[in-house]
Amino acid sequence: MATLTKDQAEDRTTVGHSARIEHVSKSFTGPAGRQLVLDDITLDVAPGEFVTLLGASGCGKSTLLNLVAGLDAPTAGTITTHGRPALMFQEHALFPWLTAGKNIELALRLRGVAKSERRTEAERLLELVRLGGSYGKRVHELSGGMRQRVALARAIAQDSQLLLMDEPFAALDAITRDVLHGELTRIWRETQLSVLFVTHNVREAVRLAERVVLLSSRPGRIAREWTVGIEHPRRIEDTAVAELSVEITEELRGEIRRHGQH
Amino acid sequence: MVSTEKTASVAKPAKTSKSDDLAGLEAGLDALDAVQSHRTPLGEVLVKKVLPPLIAVALVIVVWQTLVWAKVAEEGSLPAPSAVWDSVSAMWLKGTLLEVVWTSVSRGLLGFLLALAIGTPLGLLVARVKFVRAAIGPILSGLQSLPSVAWVPPAVIWLGLNNQMMYAVILLGAVPSIANGLVSGVDQVPPLFLRAGRTMGATGLRGTWHIVMPAALPGYLAGLKQGWAFSWRSLMAAEIIASSPDLGLGLGQLLENGRSNSDMPGVFMAILLILIVGIAIDLLIFSPLERSVLRGRGLLVKG
Repeated sequence: MATLTKDQAEDRTTVGHSARIEHVSKSFTGPAGRQLVLDDITLDVAPGEFVTLLGASGCGKSTLLNLVAGLDAPTAGTITTHGRPALMFQEHALFPWLTAGKNIELALRLRGVAKSERRTEAERLLELVRLGGSYGKRVHELSGGMRQRVALARAIAQDSQLLLMDEPFAALDAITRDVLHGELTRIWRETQLSVLFVTHNVREAVRLAERVVLLSSRPGRIAREWTVGIEHPRRIEDTAVAELSVEITEELRGEIRRHGQH
Repeated sequence: MVSTEKTASVAKPAKTSKSDDLAGLEAGLDALDAVQSHRTPLGEVLVKKVLPPLIAVALVIVVWQTLVWAKVAEEGSLPAPSAVWDSVSAMWLKGTLLEVVWTSVSRGLLGFLLALAIGTPLGLLVARVKFVRAAIGPILSGLQSLPSVAWVPPAVIWLGLNNQMMYAVILLGAVPSIANGLVSGVDQVPPLFLRAGRTMGATGLRGTWHIVMPAALPGYLAGLKQGWAFSWRSLMAAEIIASSPDLGLGLGQLLENGRSNSDMPGVFMAILLILIVGIAIDLLIFSPLERSVLRGRGLLVKG
């Protein structure tokens, strides 16, 4: 299944990594006492690599993403990234007091881009997500799919090497989600960003990723990894996508079943 | 020629058609999903927004006139609408009407701006600094329920009968409203915005300026509106209680003069003017501001 040739794989190891997660554990103190959410996670994301983190609820995948984003600190272990990663949420998180274009410009401004260049750059990023004429649109004038595309453009505007995505398409209808999968793949290939994408949707994981990482639940541990060698552009209905999805779903079910046994 | 083209298109058909396909599909979805927003035409605004209050005012005047005709009260205590109108036109002809109104309005607005300048940083401090909130948060919301008229006697003793005393009373009335409005505005900022801001590098003062303040704007505006109402009320209380020839004639003194001269049309006129100024400032300044902010965010629900 592996698509990477041996050379490419070696290339990536020499270039380094976009994110290096080493023996990371996280526990929270709740009403039920101390609870281990993530247990000894070790995971590298190579530059330009697309990795999906897959797991049932309670596997701590969003927690892991927050740790990588620097919004929270791990209890044990280390996380290394180059600069601040960009983060996309399930909700678009666009600021409603700004237009689509100004949302992107705010990211540029906070990154330190000169005022004279912001407008052109924002227009370019809107073109990238195929929302050319939407610079002056208010957030509430955009559909759910368009909002997530603006959010994607805003995340790219942060110019970080690593893009973290926390189930960004989960709230969209199936057709829109499918279109956005295609868009994300295209943009990822154009920008050569590294992406760490969290989802509970197996097909989505397989359709998008070069590598799928399955987390077990309570505590979250890495259960298994798959390298996805299906050629792009992929489609959600491709047989190869379906076959691997079936295999991964079986494994995921097994993980979930273990929790019912005691 | 034809055959080479054919092989080329057969070799890579999926890629080109697929990406065109995607763009087309996306354009279609965007067109289907686009939210249409339109502004209501002027005629509809007139019928739905302007007409009802005019009818209400007309009704009040009719009921008022009926009561006068029915002689439910002595003529001295319930003047006819026409008598009140005569007082207004007499003042207008003397040229003092606008002067009196302006004396109070300028005081009220200046006091309000001062309250704005003090209440805003105070509100931000209370909202963002835990210690400050614990220390003065409850006092600040408690102060809102203290009628500002209670501040008039001490203010007169400390500052004397002058404009400073008026401003002090306005500030004590309006600053808590403005600060509290901002605090509740900040409290209602969705945590998602703060997280999104943090991942974009908006922390500390930059976060306050780019994320917290604009996100809190609707609550802040509500506080400003209430702050204006409190400014105006406090000022009227101060003007009624503390009258002195040095202070110049404002609406409050006009009311007080009417009372001491047993001039009921004058008293009614003063009350109506105070009411009209309060409503006018709200309609001319705060309501348009609030509406434009809410409309910009898609929060103005059409019923």
